[in-house]
Amino acid sequence: MDVRLTAEQQQLRDAAAKLSDDLGPGSVHDKQIQQTGWRSLRSDGASGVEVAVVAEEFGRGLVDAPFLGPVLADDLARQVGDDGSGSTIAVNGHVIDARGYRRALTLDGTTVSAVDVGAARDAVDLTRAAADVNGTATAVGDLDSDAAQRWLALALATTSADLVGTARGAHMLACDYAKIREQYGKSIGSYQAIAHLLAESLALIEGSVSILRHAAWAVDELDPSEAIRAGRFAKVYCARAARTVCETAIQVHGGIGNTWECLAHVYLRRALTSTQLWPVKLEEINVGLP
Amino acid sequence: MDFRDSPDEAAFRDRLRSWLSVHAKEFPSSGDEYWARQGEWHSALYEGGFFGLSWPREYGGQELPPVYDVILDEELARAEAPPRPSLGYLVAGLSRHGSTELCTRFLPGMINGSERWCQGFSEPGSGSDLASLTTTAIRDGDNYVINGHKIWTSYSDVADWCLLLARTDPEAKRHRGISAFIIPMKQPGVQQRPLQMINGVTTEFGQVLFDGATVAVENMVGAPGEGWPLAMTVVGHEREPSTLGYAARYGKLVRQLAARTDGSANEELAWAAVQTEMLTHHVRRRLSEQLNGVTHTSDGSLDKLLMTWVEQSVGHAALAVGGIEDPHLLSAYLYSRAQSVMGGTSQIQKNIIASRILGLGA
Repeated sequence: MDVRLTAEQQQLRDAAAKLSDDLGPGSVHDKQIQQTGWRSLRSDGASGVEVAVVAEEFGRGLVDAPFLGPVLADDLARQVGDDGSGSTIAVNGHVIDARGYRRALTLDGTTVSAVDVGAARDAVDLTRAAADVNGTATAVGDLDSDAAQRWLALALATTSADLVGTARGAHMLACDYAKIREQYGKSIGSYQAIAHLLAESLALIEGSVSILRHAAWAVDELDPSEAIRAGRFAKVYCARAARTVCETAIQVHGGIGNTWECLAHVYLRRALTSTQLWPVKLEEINVGLP
Repeated sequence: MDFRDSPDEAAFRDRLRSWLSVHAKEFPSSGDEYWARQGEWHSALYEGGFFGLSWPREYGGQELPPVYDVILDEELARAEAPPRPSLGYLVAGLSRHGSTELCTRFLPGMINGSERWCQGFSEPGSGSDLASLTTTAIRDGDNYVINGHKIWTSYSDVADWCLLLARTDPEAKRHRGISAFIIPMKQPGVQQRPLQMINGVTTEFGQVLFDGATVAVENMVGAPGEGWPLAMTVVGHEREPSTLGYAARYGKLVRQLAARTDGSANEELAWAAVQTEMLTHHVRRRLSEQLNGVTHTSDGSLDKLLMTWVEQSVGHAALAVGGIEDPHLLSAYLYSRAQSVMGGTSQIQKNIIASRILGLGA
């Protein structure tokens, strides 16, 4: 039992973190991300852990170039012999990570279909574009049921990773602010009322990192049904944690945190969106532990 | 990265399972019955080769990586056996701060269970602010004479020895005037006062009055005034994930609760299950990180806070499923309230996280 990231995985994380910091929100650098090859991690043989590593860092940096959609499309395409390089993903009739894409893949049961990307939709998430589908989908191939389940597990782990990253970014923003914002002549972070909120957030983030790591590992290493189970548990935990951490970030910022002058709501919006993609309800949690 | 057992770990787990299939049910796993026979259970585990796994070989341990403690905790819970006696913090304190002579004399008996131990740190007036303690140790020839009142002293009524903090220098700054001793408990100057815990258990915690009790000079751990660093090692270790390896126990209770609900959805139970799953993987991650040689950091406060949230959510699930009529479940709920106090309150953990990890200057 050794659940540390490997040296290669740490290098990937560092590279993704650096790119994420370089890009940040409000920048459009599709080409740079294209050059990394990370959108085709799965067809290059990468595990769910590596996909999650990149997704987490991009969430942390509010990277607004598509990653989640294309990396999941690549994983579908490689299994049905489709050329996935120009595709993102559609789920429940909505295209995610739509910017720059004209084609989306979608999984219905075990059938992979392709559909045209239609008109842009107003999106809650300010960093990732959404669109309607246009016309009817054309089947491009079928997965066996194990592969379909594994893909769903990957989607759960990757959106969970985005949630962990989003929570980390919001928390960092709030901690930085708590150190410089002064009231009553002292930094607000020096007051226990604020400090304890931020301490709780860090504990939630650390718990999220741990349960996410297991889910990301499970994508390729456990039986498909167990991988889905791991993904569901992680998604529920990471979604609750991310929402609380983002709400805390807003509270720590006070009035300005409730406006578009502050990035806190951008993190919250991204977290809410990643929660709603392949959502998991508490009622769906199968309580009997293995 | 691998969450599975290595071949050696799997072999160990198999051996443990077959040992437990014979011995698990011989000992009570909760309540006063557990505490009454904890010493026998400790010895049985040790004799079986399943206790002191990660501790130094020269004192009776096996120097295995700390993940073996997780395997032990998981299998004990799975077999519905009693939990592992919690001694890691005393072993850590003594082995790090004690002389070779003291370690050689005391660690083997502590680890193999032939001598029972308790810890005399907290006092009625000194809880979170431990350095304010007022128990005194005054030199008298070859002895120190101890006067004071200790509380939350687990197993004090059965202990042979106590790792005691007492003030040796009332003039020194408060942290500097404290020394640590290994004091024999079976002597006339030591009086026991039991404490009945919220769930009715009376044998877990005690209060101890030291009224002219004596301890030999050579039983001081470290030099005079060096008690505080030892105290920090011990309380830091109380927050270590291997000491906090309770995830398996929570999982056991969650499974029992699930069996009673016949699969019908219960939000509190589902959330407790999710949290328990988190803690399971969190402990594995932390213990894996210890393979890098990093231990005893402020991160223990994060682990303690997470564990507390998990135990208390499991407690709420027990209440939601069992109501107040089931004594076992009610006891689990009531007992869970202490988790945010013992080993450093949640508020103290948050202070540590905010100041030492986040640098918020609280």
